[in-house]
Amino acid sequence: MDALTTHAPILAIAVPLAAAFLTPLVGRLGAKVRNVFVVAILLFVEFLVFTVVRQVLTAGIQVYTLGATAAGLAIPESHIVPVRIILEVDGLGAFLGIIAATVALSGAVYSLSAMRGESGQDRFYTLLLLLTASMLGIQYTGDLFNLFVFLEILSISGAALAAFRTRFVDAVEGGFKYVIVSTVSALLVLLSIGIFYGQYNLLNIAAVSDAMRYTLLDKIALALLIGALLTKSGAVPSHWWVPDTYTPAPAGTSPIIYASSLTCLGAALRIVFSLYGVKMTVSAVGWLVIVAGLLSMFIGVTMALRQTDIKRLMTYHVISQEGYMLLGFGVGLAVLGDPQAVAAYGREAIAGGLFHVLNNAFFKGLLLLTGEALFFALGTRDLDRMGGMGRTMKWTCAFFIIGALAISGIPPMNGFASKLMIYETSYQLNPMLAIVALIVSIMTLASFTKVFQAAFTGPGLPEYRDVKPVPLSMKVGMGVLAAGTLFFSLFPQLVLDTIVYPATDALLNQTMYIGVIMGGS
Amino acid sequence: MTSLVVNAPFVAVAALACVGLYIMVTQRDLIKIVMGVTILESAVNLFLVSLGYRNEGAAPGFTHASGTHMVLPVPQALTLTSIVIGVATTALMLTLVILIYRHTGETDAEKSRRVKG
Amino acid sequence: MMSVIVRTIARLATPPILVFGLYVIMHGHVTVGGGFQGGAVFASATALVLVAFGSERVRRYITVSGLTLVSCAGAVLFALLGFGGMCKTFFYNFLVGSPLFGHIPEYGPAHEDIWTGGVIAPMNIGVALNVIASLSAIMLTMAVVSRKTGDGE
Repeated sequence: MDALTTHAPILAIAVPLAAAFLTPLVGRLGAKVRNVFVVAILLFVEFLVFTVVRQVLTAGIQVYTLGATAAGLAIPESHIVPVRIILEVDGLGAFLGIIAATVALSGAVYSLSAMRGESGQDRFYTLLLLLTASMLGIQYTGDLFNLFVFLEILSISGAALAAFRTRFVDAVEGGFKYVIVSTVSALLVLLSIGIFYGQYNLLNIAAVSDAMRYTLLDKIALALLIGALLTKSGAVPSHWWVPDTYTPAPAGTSPIIYASSLTCLGAALRIVFSLYGVKMTVSAVGWLVIVAGLLSMFIGVTMALRQTDIKRLMTYHVISQEGYMLLGFGVGLAVLGDPQAVAAYGREAIAGGLFHVLNNAFFKGLLLLTGEALFFALGTRDLDRMGGMGRTMKWTCAFFIIGALAISGIPPMNGFASKLMIYETSYQLNPMLAIVALIVSIMTLASFTKVFQAAFTGPGLPEYRDVKPVPLSMKVGMGVLAAGTLFFSLFPQLVLDTIVYPATDALLNQTMYIGVIMGGS
Repeated sequence: MTSLVVNAPFVAVAALACVGLYIMVTQRDLIKIVMGVTILESAVNLFLVSLGYRNEGAAPGFTHASGTHMVLPVPQALTLTSIVIGVATTALMLTLVILIYRHTGETDAEKSRRVKG
Repeated sequence: MMSVIVRTIARLATPPILVFGLYVIMHGHVTVGGGFQGGAVFASATALVLVAFGSERVRRYITVSGLTLVSCAGAVLFALLGFGGMCKTFFYNFLVGSPLFGHIPEYGPAHEDIWTGGVIAPMNIGVALNVIASLSAIMLTMAVVSRKTGDGE
């Protein structure tokens, strides 16, 4: 058991990676064996992730050196810099790991019946496991080049999943746009890694952070990294690929691709807080992030108001909610150099942003799954042609109500809790920020009222008389995310104290992040 | 004069990156856009390899080298990984271009657009 | 299907290409080379055969499902070698000192001994299997797809 807790970080990455390549071999034994295998692997990954969370909360930052004689041996004797690829799991990594593992599990369970009848299911589950492994890899790693490699794996498997239903032309188009945007972003990340290696001869995040001198080249690398990683997470002005990619994604993969975008946002946080920290001009970068957040919020929700395709409407809300997270992180970043402001509202702002990330992964994932369930049952995504499904699809309707209340920020749902934290803290930086955020929240509520009225209320339409409720595994998949949403709604303070504030403190405490690796093994 | 010779690879990196970005932004044919991405990849790979050069250094695996000075081997490993990833993404992009052509009969980016708003 | 001159030259050239590819794979830990490099050289023989003989004829002998099997077997071999070092940590070089690739070379100029390197050499073989099968599958699928739209290979 002790060995399992020491090796848990690398097992959480290596087990789904190896299982992804075992899936075609297992699939030869039959479809049921493969389905059981995939769900068993994802349950094991969930168990490993919770082991890692417990270890990080009790014992501090976990360090794992690949290939050394002992796991914590970051700097071997007679060396002064770290060698080998080192995984460094702090509060932020553990927090994001919960999101990745849970969303992947619910998406896979949902896909068990949603993908029935499609061809090439072996490859579907291979790509799903690869996407999970790459998300956990980005969240747990402490090495820059390892981050780049997992970022590329995430892009390739995400694009292949988005374009999976090749018989629809919009799926292929969305996948193509995603792969072009991802490749260019990853190349810019690689360019920055080259800049760091050329100056400091180091690839470890903690080591580069220790040696960082914030020269002109470092500023260029910062600009490239923020631009590339915010593009990958779907912030304005590079948000145009998000609706085209998320809308045609098959079965239960929409929440998992959304979790992968949130992982890229987490990687941006790692770069900005742990790699650069207070050495950069925090006010400039912070205000840049705040402006990107405001634009994302506003443009996302106004574009969503005119959509008639249910999933496309929900993906514009993805962009809008991303804006809230960026607003929270930007406020925390802008005051990073001022310890009084950090204690007053900076820490709250970052915690609000992180809590909003967690809530969004659950309720937005749930809403995307309900949109996909309507498509599965009715064969159309057009809101103008739907109507009156509230009577036949009771569970889907209930899950939709939970998700819609949460995303609009209605008390007592978890969306209200995280949005309140963001309103309070951004008001203290500049009152206009909170006002814009409130207006966007009202428009979000308007948008989802329209969807509810169009899809679920009203008289039953004659062409949908024979529609049956969705199968059991789809209900279970949606139920996992709905249960998470309700749990966070009922016990927000418990969740904040257990996982969100440790993640916030891990981000703010750059000295400890460096010290665990550099200041002795 | 020596500074121009030593910096020549980096000038080539800048030129290749500009050419790649220009192609991606201005060309309308999908395959030409993929070519632009490939040129940008080559620029970044060239940048990584030329970071490792040390003056009068020999190749790391060379048995009969004259001195003990060698170029850095780590950027060579990073570049190799990047080339492999580039192969995989180019294969995926070209497959998607083939599929778009089969659906719409066009490889022009404007004419083969089916999703708007 | 190309003319008889091209087919004959393809038949003559393929064995040296395959041997050179295997050489680059097996000597990856001693000289330049390795899994991906040798695998790409090996897969260029598939490209040569596809162009010379046409995808219809090649498809009778090499199937995409068989290539998927080989590719997965190579990746699983790589992962198993990583897990094999779990007595200390993941990717630990547990073959150093053992009779399989376990010689430890002395410090100084390279000794050109292929039995060094520990776990690197079998990992190269695993990667090479994966690369050969994947690149061949990509080329075979693209050749088949191009044929169906009437564009030729």
